[in-house]
Amino acid sequence: MVDKPICPTASRGKFLQKLQQREIDVQACFQCGRCSAGCPVAEYFDLSVMAVVRLAAYGEEERLLHSRTIWLCAACETCASRCPNGIEIAGLMDILRELACRKGITAAEPRVAAFHQAFLASVGRWGRVYEMGMIASYKLHSGDLTGDLPLGLRMVARGRLRMLPEPIAERSAVAEIFAGKGREYER
Amino acid sequence: MKLSYYPGCSLKGSAADYDDSLHRLCAHLDIDLVELVDWNCCGASSAHMLNHEAGMRLAMRTLQQAAGIGHDLLVPCAACFQRLKAADRALRRDAEYWDEPDYSPAWQVIHISSLLAAPELLARIKKAVSRPLTGLKLACYYGCLSLRPPKVTAAENWEQPDTLERLVAAIGAEPVRWSHRTECCSGSLTMARPDIAERLVADIVAAAARAGAEALVTDCPMCQANVESRQPAGTGLPVFYSSELAEAAISGSYPSRQRRAHLVDPGVLSRLLATAQAVEGGAR
Repeated sequence: MVDKPICPTASRGKFLQKLQQREIDVQACFQCGRCSAGCPVAEYFDLSVMAVVRLAAYGEEERLLHSRTIWLCAACETCASRCPNGIEIAGLMDILRELACRKGITAAEPRVAAFHQAFLASVGRWGRVYEMGMIASYKLHSGDLTGDLPLGLRMVARGRLRMLPEPIAERSAVAEIFAGKGREYER
Repeated sequence: MKLSYYPGCSLKGSAADYDDSLHRLCAHLDIDLVELVDWNCCGASSAHMLNHEAGMRLAMRTLQQAAGIGHDLLVPCAACFQRLKAADRALRRDAEYWDEPDYSPAWQVIHISSLLAAPELLARIKKAVSRPLTGLKLACYYGCLSLRPPKVTAAENWEQPDTLERLVAAIGAEPVRWSHRTECCSGSLTMARPDIAERLVADIVAAAARAGAEALVTDCPMCQANVESRQPAGTGLPVFYSSELAEAAISGSYPSRQRRAHLVDPGVLSRLLATAQAVEGGAR
């Protein structure tokens, strides 16, 4: 990581405004470290949870958007539940992932991003997740073609993977949601 | 009792056995489940992770449907429950922002754990049990999303929950005291980073085994699949659904299609029921 001076006053106002809109008060952090201490995946992170909150307070958006941490966060909500200052840290991770995607930044953990995209594509198409199709699409996009093949076969043998999708009737309602209905005010 | 029912995608797919056992359990308890018509996916983890707007609106469509019926909405999947509660909270706080100014439901979104652990229902379950699962040592595993964050889930006891322990005791089994009841199994990462899931699940099953558990019991379909599929070879700790065990204790039987869905041999339950039957047969 390149050393560079951090200056809160020169921070990205737009990013902080976004956090404010979602009522995520990163400035309330007094760095007690409870979030990092309870994180089940902390050992795989490049930035600790507490560092994410601090960097967000400094508006250090770019560093956060390129981190592996935002993709390896499992959204278990332990950090947010334990924060003594009530900071919705898992919600902060959501905002960072969404921003990274919108800005077209290559995810530092591309397979994780590919999984979420395959999941949402399935929901967008059928209205519900078609697990078999979602897995196939994830495999193709992530390049992880053979991983978990034995497990997949066991799931099929145990009747746990449906062969065909079960589309909903009102797929147009779901398509509208994904097309951004309601984004008129730049939510 | 009549409840609206939102099964969610898992219960119509990889966790169809959960849906099945829940329906049979509710039939024993005179709970009438009215499945929402043409429900859509709640978006689960992926939608709120990449697209806040879609995550909220997918869940809100379901809430609209439930509002049209007016019963409490039963949600067995922890992930769906958390997403529906998050959307419900957003609507209750600012219905106009989400273009649903009339949203003020008198009904609630309820997770299966709080339904089954309510004193009145617990008493009914206890009364209905025909074959108590005496001696079966179970590690109650809650995972994350039915509890956290408490602001959203409204869970009363998110660090030290006891709803599963109360249910397990009511069906005559023995809940063990152990450390990892609310630890994350990283279900949302299991496909993309199986190495992380294997590590977390190994810790969880090791802790359960250390406490003397013969199996785990959960009410989250992601935890069920993840903890069974990612545990180290040879561990052999099956993960049961709470509804599966309660139904078995009430009916005294364990259907083969239920058994078949497990990725880890659930023989500990079939053997227990067989023994109970043999003892009873011998006494006759």
